[in-house]
Amino acid sequence: MNSVTAEIKASVAFIERNFNLARRYASWELIFVVWNVVHALTIGLIGVYMGGDDPAKVREAVLFLIVGAVLWNFLRLLFFEVADAVAWERWEGTIEYTFMSPVYRLTHLAGQCVYAIIYGFLRSGVVLVSAVLFFDLSLSDANLTTATAVLATASLSFLGMGLMAAVFPLLSPEKGARATDIFGTLVLLISGVYYEVSVLPDWLRPLSTFSPGTYALRSIRTALLDNATIADVQGDLMILTVSGVIMVPLGLWIFHIAEVYAKRTGRLKRSG
Amino acid sequence: MAIDFDAPAVRATDLTKGFRVPDNESRGGNGFLGRFRRRRKEILAVDGVGFEVQRGEIFGILGPNGSGKSTLIRILSTLVFPDRGEAQVFGLHVERDAMRVKRCINRVSVDAAFFKKLSAWENLSYAARLYGVPVREGRRRARAILAEMGFGEDRVDQPVEDLSRGMQQKVAVARALFTSPVLLLMDEPTTGLDPVSKRQVQDYVMGIRERHEATVLLTTHDMDEAERVCNRVSIIHHGKFIAMGTVDELKARAGCVGGSLEDVFFKMTGMDLAHADLEDETEGDAS
Repeated sequence: MNSVTAEIKASVAFIERNFNLARRYASWELIFVVWNVVHALTIGLIGVYMGGDDPAKVREAVLFLIVGAVLWNFLRLLFFEVADAVAWERWEGTIEYTFMSPVYRLTHLAGQCVYAIIYGFLRSGVVLVSAVLFFDLSLSDANLTTATAVLATASLSFLGMGLMAAVFPLLSPEKGARATDIFGTLVLLISGVYYEVSVLPDWLRPLSTFSPGTYALRSIRTALLDNATIADVQGDLMILTVSGVIMVPLGLWIFHIAEVYAKRTGRLKRSG
Repeated sequence: MAIDFDAPAVRATDLTKGFRVPDNESRGGNGFLGRFRRRRKEILAVDGVGFEVQRGEIFGILGPNGSGKSTLIRILSTLVFPDRGEAQVFGLHVERDAMRVKRCINRVSVDAAFFKKLSAWENLSYAARLYGVPVREGRRRARAILAEMGFGEDRVDQPVEDLSRGMQQKVAVARALFTSPVLLLMDEPTTGLDPVSKRQVQDYVMGIRERHEATVLLTTHDMDEAERVCNRVSIIHHGKFIAMGTVDELKARAGCVGGSLEDVFFKMTGMDLAHADLEDETEGDAS
């Protein structure tokens, strides 16, 4: 029990450190949040254009796109904050210090994941509130309980994918971070963030079934636009749960394999 | 397996580590693809090294850049796995008992590895949490260590990037020591420091044994530093230990009584340190 408490305390190191870094880079954080807001509003305005003169269509199109933009912003932050755990430390030159500290990798990555969730909620919350005010959106038909349940469940899968993507900068200091971007963009393409996956070409559509983003977006949209209950989206929730239960341990295992490989080949040393 | 304080602080047996590096002299084969494919060759950074360091010793590993010093430190830090041989820290196997080894060591590297935007204290707080030191207690210990090295307390809340190289290195020493390691691995801790800072860090290292009951393994290419600080030294060249003993023993063995360690190095390798640096750097950065 004591060791569990010690590990939980150690995981705070990563949460505190990341918040300290965010504070020190406050002006950049502000720029990124403004960029996220502007990006979401731009996407929302496409909905205004598509809706034409019909206010109901406009509302539906804007909500569809804004939900996609905000949710993608959240899931993307989870993904990249975890994946950046290694890339950032490589850039700072602290990776060896962190990896030789007496902390289990599970504790290290759990701390990184908790920070990603808190940070993602805060930043995406600002984007959502901005969009609601800008487009004068009403969420009166939204079932926020269902949306939160879906979001929490989907987070597991995205954290798992983040752990897998964190392997790229571990293996290649020079190109790894870019590979993480490519991985994220592929998920964006197949998950139906700004469109229904039905518009994907026949040969690409089957891939959407492998992305947890597909199920997360579909059920959160149903919850926010059609007031769906948890029972209504239980099929997607089940898939997301199974996906999360598989992806987190799989991500940890892949990370472990990559860490052992990096230690065998001396790749922890190069700072990129 | 538990830590055994009766065992040597470090025991290395036949440690060998090679790295595959691009071979700039040979192409990847004939034909179109061969122009783009690069052959790789293996360089042995550490080659069959064996030694023991007793508890409480300050043991120096002396060698030019690229001689394998840092790889050796990385193996003992659990950051690199050896290809052959094994290393133990107080009876703990560095690969199999990695977590226990990590709990009883700490390391000061040549490049002070900090989050540069964070203050010295924020970096120390991060370290305290990683090593399970209560943050308040960590601050007290770090303050005492920094004061001994002449680090002004008013600088502790400044971003590390605003501190001089010497000050950063003092914070690195404090960060390593306030976790109470029983084995301190110091990888060229004074490289690049001005003479005053170098002296302060060296003085502090010499006092570590008494004040902190720690064993110190120090790598350096500064012969004067090795002579001044270390109880015993080994000379490493091309990944091999070519001599080991007290400074006086090495001088006697090389027939340089009254000379310097620089003379010993010259006698044993046939080259002076500057040339050895140059030669090793042209072989690629294997260490």
